[in-house]
Amino acid sequence: MGTKDIFAGSVITTKVKEVVAWGRKNSLWPMPYATACCGIEFMGTVSSYFDISRFGAELVRFSPRQADLLIVLGTINYKQAPILKRIYDQMCEPKWVISAGACASSGGFYNNYSVVQGIDEIIPVDVYVPGCPPRPEAILNGILKIQEKIVKEAKGKPDAA
Amino acid sequence: MPPDPVILEKLKEKFPTEIVSTNDSGEMPVAVIKKAEGHSILSFMKEEPALRFDFLIDLTAIDRQKLGGTPRFEVVYHLYSVTLKHRLRLKIQLPEEDLRLASAVDLWKSANWMERECAEMFGILFEGHPNPKKLLLFEGFEGYPLRKDYPIDRRQKIPVPEEKL
Repeated sequence: MGTKDIFAGSVITTKVKEVVAWGRKNSLWPMPYATACCGIEFMGTVSSYFDISRFGAELVRFSPRQADLLIVLGTINYKQAPILKRIYDQMCEPKWVISAGACASSGGFYNNYSVVQGIDEIIPVDVYVPGCPPRPEAILNGILKIQEKIVKEAKGKPDAA
Repeated sequence: MPPDPVILEKLKEKFPTEIVSTNDSGEMPVAVIKKAEGHSILSFMKEEPALRFDFLIDLTAIDRQKLGGTPRFEVVYHLYSVTLKHRLRLKIQLPEEDLRLASAVDLWKSANWMERECAEMFGILFEGHPNPKKLLLFEGFEGYPLRKDYPIDRRQKIPVPEEKL
């Protein structure tokens, strides 16, 4: 009888890094930075019908120091850019960013003097969610993509997501 | 309600040389006036008992560059009298070479923010404004975005956070 049979069902072998990643991905604490209609969709995503807590990300924090997932929902103009940058800087490592919706990702249809053409000009973005605004399913899909990325980062393939 | 003819008559009577043109837009009488006596005309509009324009509804500017107009700018005042219930649209002509204009904040407090916005968007200098800072744009914004020659695809340098964390 090999060791595999002795411990079958009661022991799994893994790496600490991967266990930590498993914990992180299932308990993301999001901070919404909502400036437009995407924020309303996020409220729907968090609430019972779509229920973000199925993916362990229901603990929405309004202090960046307590959050590890920044979700930017809405139009970011030049005057807000330093504020968003500052909020991102206040978050502790490790941290991830979802850019939800057309405005946050590319400026959307605000091709004008006052709107930043995508928040990736200010802060690094991990996942872009398309839509104007994105439906709650799309935001949930974005969170799943972040989870995939967390696992792959732990396995040493950061760009695989 | 058709515009009250008294308003333009009073204006013509008091400032016969300052009026460029007058017309009736259908909603309210319109008067285009020269810059020199602009503030005295506004003051007259407020103080004259038969006019009593006690409320500045709106203040903005027009860049007539692509309309082929000279002078280039017009500052538009929408006045309303709460007591007498009549309206007036006053346009002060402003040449590109000299964009200074007396502030109307001493007459109507509502002019404060509207003049700040007008100043940052069109580059008009309201002299005597109590707080001539930018209202909607950030400090360091270059150019005047609502002028017709501001390119739609022009981007600004993104401002950085002021203090340390």
